[in-house]
Amino acid sequence: MSPLVSIAGLHVAFNGVPVLRGVDLALGKGEAVGLVGESGSGKSVTWLAALGLLPRHAKVSGSVRLDGRELLGAPAAELDLVRGGRVAMIFQDPASALNPVLTIRKQLCEALALHRDLQGEAVKAEAKRLLDLVGIPDAARRLSAYPHEFSGGQVQRIMIAMALAGNPDLLIADEPTTALDATIQAQILELLSAIRREMSMAMVLISHDLGVVAENCDRVAVMYAGRIVEQAPSNQLFADPVHPYAQGLIGALPPLDGPRRRLTAIPGTVPDPAHMPGGCAFAPRCAFAAEPCGLAAPRLAPIANDRTVACIRAEASRRALLGMAAE
Amino acid sequence: MSAPLVEVSAISRSYSMRSGMFGRATAVHAVDGVSLSIAKGETLGLVGESGSGKSTTGRIVLGLEPPDRGAVRFDGKPMAAPGTAAWRAQRARMQMIFQDPLGALDRRLPVATQIREPLDIHGLGTPAEREARVRELLRAVELTPAHGARYPGALSGGQRQRIVLARALATKPDFLVCDEPVSALDVSIQAQVVNLLCDLQAQLGLTLLFISHDLRVVRQISTIVAVMYLGRIVEIGSADDLFARPEHPYTQALVSASPAPGRRSAGRIVLAGDPPNPAARPQGCAFHPRCPRAIARCASEVPALSAVGGDRQVACHLVTGAETRDAA
Repeated sequence: MSPLVSIAGLHVAFNGVPVLRGVDLALGKGEAVGLVGESGSGKSVTWLAALGLLPRHAKVSGSVRLDGRELLGAPAAELDLVRGGRVAMIFQDPASALNPVLTIRKQLCEALALHRDLQGEAVKAEAKRLLDLVGIPDAARRLSAYPHEFSGGQVQRIMIAMALAGNPDLLIADEPTTALDATIQAQILELLSAIRREMSMAMVLISHDLGVVAENCDRVAVMYAGRIVEQAPSNQLFADPVHPYAQGLIGALPPLDGPRRRLTAIPGTVPDPAHMPGGCAFAPRCAFAAEPCGLAAPRLAPIANDRTVACIRAEASRRALLGMAAE
Repeated sequence: MSAPLVEVSAISRSYSMRSGMFGRATAVHAVDGVSLSIAKGETLGLVGESGSGKSTTGRIVLGLEPPDRGAVRFDGKPMAAPGTAAWRAQRARMQMIFQDPLGALDRRLPVATQIREPLDIHGLGTPAEREARVRELLRAVELTPAHGARYPGALSGGQRQRIVLARALATKPDFLVCDEPVSALDVSIQAQVVNLLCDLQAQLGLTLLFISHDLRVVRQISTIVAVMYLGRIVEIGSADDLFARPEHPYTQALVSASPAPGRRSAGRIVLAGDPPNPAARPQGCAFHPRCPRAIARCASEVPALSAVGGDRQVACHLVTGAETRDAA
């Protein structure tokens, strides 16, 4: 099956400082992929670059294909059909994504008019249907309300309704629940997975919360300093992380039950993009780092079915584990 | 058990809020009848969603705000009146750490100067001793004197939070209130700061009130955990088993809503309804409109926090109902 989206060798630099240093990622139809990593790892920039949403001074190179068609450098008219149409995006702070002086009806109808061939009453009926779909009670009446009249969780529901206006094949959810309380986060995540099942829509869930990603995605990619360092099916990644950074992230998460243990913190901080260490970017913080780690940046290499990792030490330890003697 | 260092008895605090320019003022009960006691060297974790009153509780405990009713006793003595010399002396023994370290630091001063400031204010030691103390504090939070010479803007988020911690420790306080101290930090940095806080507490014998919405972090650091909902404590118990066996339906929903790697969302309790509004608190048990197990009694009668065996206390008619009926 050909992938819905395939990203290859995506590089982004701001004012000559590289922030994305070769990202390869493919996404199948209807698949849910999680992107995890710390702030500055390039999770959001990957998708902003893919959709041509970065400011002009950003230098983008590589390839992003949607159903085989190249998006990088595509004409604006073509991108306008993709953005909000085939690919929709929701953000962490939904309140700032809505216009405070327009009613929800105005804003929803605007999105519908842009992306769907609907007129007059049909637009309003569709707007009401979308609000119903995302679980806003009393949708018909609430359409004439302004954004400030809704709670944070409800505003995120409205953002999801707007994202669905163009019947997208892919929804990119960038930290959609980070600003919400735990019980509301559970509501929004359940809504997203229900909609995904119903519309067989693919989703990219960008989050710093490993738990959120693990529970809602089929596959997870871990990013560090502008690269993907490990990619695996969710259950495998969390049961058996291979890259030392992925191991560190999981070890740093305090357990909710069982005995309490000292957290295994990763020492140091994320490298400054302007002064990237040579070789593997994680090597200065890595407990397993050896001399060759500083020489060349490791490439993502397969270690099992559906699993890739970019670490020369992990490959070695993995081979030893599997009993496949290295030549 | 040692005597409590901090004793909070039935504190309440309400604010008046106007809806719209000409709306009638309504009272918002931020904190309503909260009692807590924290023993020396212990950590009490306070969890709850936004609007549950956990931060207001922290501010009242520190004396940053007076309670409308109830009282706070520190080391056996009532809190001194704000602004007096006794209050100053007491305040040097208790400090606070906030969520946003950049907001808590002055961007135009080197961080070492800011660590020194509490020593200057409280007049502790000679200038040379103060310098030595700053170096010692930087070492305690695992930073170097070189970091001290920098401005807040030149430090990472985790380093800034260490500076805030060093400044809070400058006066050798007995008691620290930490309000979401690691929420703004990345997971790996969060683990560094949590470990550091645990180490410092053990070394210095600190007593902590740790406020957070993150159940995992609270459990990691606390001995006792209290769960707040709309200004009241709904459940309190030892950190080890509160989240393993939550009794209150709200605690159960919170635990169930906390995503765990390696566990798919099967059997999750998803609460209906919006987060609670402190300005329009429901009658009876404040949680009853969202509670999946609510009965008629919950809508009319406020459940009291009562012991249910061990060190656990729960405020729920469904959990404590049987016992209260037996007693009646």
